[in-house]
Amino acid sequence: MNARAAVLLAVLAVLLLLLPAVANSYVLSVATLILFFAYAGQAWNVMMGFAGQLSLGHSLYVGVGAYAAAGLFFHYGIGPWAGIWVAIALCVALGAAIGFLAFRFGISGVYFALLTIAFAEFTRIGFDHIDWLGGPGGLFLKVAQREALDLANLRGPPAMFYYVMLALTAAAFGLCAWLLRSRAGYYWRAIREDEQAAQALGINTFRWKMLAVVVSSAMTAVAGVFFAFYYNNLFPEQIFHISRSIEIILGPVIGGVGTLFGPVLGAAVLTILADAITEVLAALGVEIPGVKQVFYGVVLLVVVMFLPHGIWPPLARKLGLGERS
Amino acid sequence: MSPDLIVNVVIAGLLTGLVYGLMALGLSVIFGVVRVVNFAHGEMMTIAMYAAVVLFAALRLDPFLAVLPVAAAFFAFGYLLQAGLINPFITRPEHSQFMLLVAVAIIMVNLLLMVFGPDARNVQVDYQLESYALGPLLFDKARVFASATAVLASAALFAFFRFTRTGQAIRACADNYLGAKVVGLNVRRYYALTFGIGSACVAVAGCMMILLVDVTPVLGPAYTLLAFVIVIVGGLGSMGGALLGGVLIGVSEALAGLFIAPSAKSMFSFALLILVLLFRPQGLLGRRS
Repeated sequence: MNARAAVLLAVLAVLLLLLPAVANSYVLSVATLILFFAYAGQAWNVMMGFAGQLSLGHSLYVGVGAYAAAGLFFHYGIGPWAGIWVAIALCVALGAAIGFLAFRFGISGVYFALLTIAFAEFTRIGFDHIDWLGGPGGLFLKVAQREALDLANLRGPPAMFYYVMLALTAAAFGLCAWLLRSRAGYYWRAIREDEQAAQALGINTFRWKMLAVVVSSAMTAVAGVFFAFYYNNLFPEQIFHISRSIEIILGPVIGGVGTLFGPVLGAAVLTILADAITEVLAALGVEIPGVKQVFYGVVLLVVVMFLPHGIWPPLARKLGLGERS
Repeated sequence: MSPDLIVNVVIAGLLTGLVYGLMALGLSVIFGVVRVVNFAHGEMMTIAMYAAVVLFAALRLDPFLAVLPVAAAFFAFGYLLQAGLINPFITRPEHSQFMLLVAVAIIMVNLLLMVFGPDARNVQVDYQLESYALGPLLFDKARVFASATAVLASAALFAFFRFTRTGQAIRACADNYLGAKVVGLNVRRYYALTFGIGSACVAVAGCMMILLVDVTPVLGPAYTLLAFVIVIVGGLGSMGGALLGGVLIGVSEALAGLFIAPSAKSMFSFALLILVLLFRPQGLLGRRS
């Protein structure tokens, strides 16, 4: 990272820290959502962007993480800071199982992607039949007084959720920056570019790919826990749905796969875009269902077509930041 | 539970499975040649179903006759989609192709939602309530006709790829991209042709499916996943595998709906998919690449 990047990052951090002081609750909710997708996208990016393993089933980890922490809180009153470890353990076990099966049997590329979808869908339908977690009717957490700050149970005003999510996003950013400079980061990128060549150089590709899946699923589990306590309601149909996985992927793909700042920028651009479309359509008085998503799809199409590496890499070059992907 | 009921459920599943098979055949042909996974496949299926609904409502055109114009329109649409949008992406990484087709799928689902709204639509013809009886066995007329059409369309496709020069040229492009270019084949044109053919398969399958189930815009992603499951189970790129996979999934869905719960039927399919991916990743009839 050069000096200019460090300064810009510091300015951004200060702005984000001060945001709740000036923003109204609507802006704050949008900002929290951006940070959520930035964080989840960063987690997905570890697997795809760094190690080149395309997962289209990350909703699995969001869902399992969310249900684990919410279930413990709902039934036994165990707080999220304890539940988070159960969530992480479960997701790591799941990710490791999927990774082990796939990589041992030599499944890669499109087949690996479809395997991840299959596990997510399988789990979605399975959770519909778990009555202990509410089944298809959903699991609801009690919404406590929004003014009282209760960080131990993740109950509190919107600003608290914003700061928690900001801390998570910053931590994920730092972790990924460190990973990229570590031995794992170099091995991952070698595997991403040419797995056979990496193997020929003596890299144990199985082991490092497993590490990527484990890190990514653990990070995503935390996103799930946050999701459960922020929204307070969980439905298998929503949280495990493939559209949730796609939402997570959109940020890094639009921002720039494999870059550090791409997932953050992509999440911001997409969330603001979706909200802007809603606002414009509301102002024009258009109330046909689906119009918003069609616009969204068209923008997505245009970005994917004309910016094959995402928005961030060309922007970073213009700003003279030179982040490598 | 009487054995007659079970056999009848299996028969219904088998006949529906053949229509599934034709839908998946389209996906398999496209992947086998272009090496792009069409993530908008189920959405195209629902568009074909809506096309049949519209033609029936406006012109009283029976879905069996609607097959021809809908398939022709889909062929043209698929050709243009490949030539205009996807051809520039064939050398791009998989996640980029995925994103492109997801964007196309999002646009399709929501255009349908804009035009038709979220309510279920269907086609009602008198032979839907009739059935052939063979002893204790019952064959729904609509299902029999639909699956026969699916088999006919699949057979035509097999013949096309086996015996016509164009079909052989397409297979050459699939086998060896560089080799096909060297002998002077316009590979990108054949890719577009293939996408058109795959789309026409979906069109036929969609027109048949509307006789069996109601259609809503959100059915699209579900059909996309179903088509994936079928082609992976049968073998991506294998034509016979797609039909076999369709029948297997059709029957397993029907049995799971009968014995476990209708809501659990696709869980069974995904479990089958996971097993096949792990133990025979090339699919039941696929060749190892």
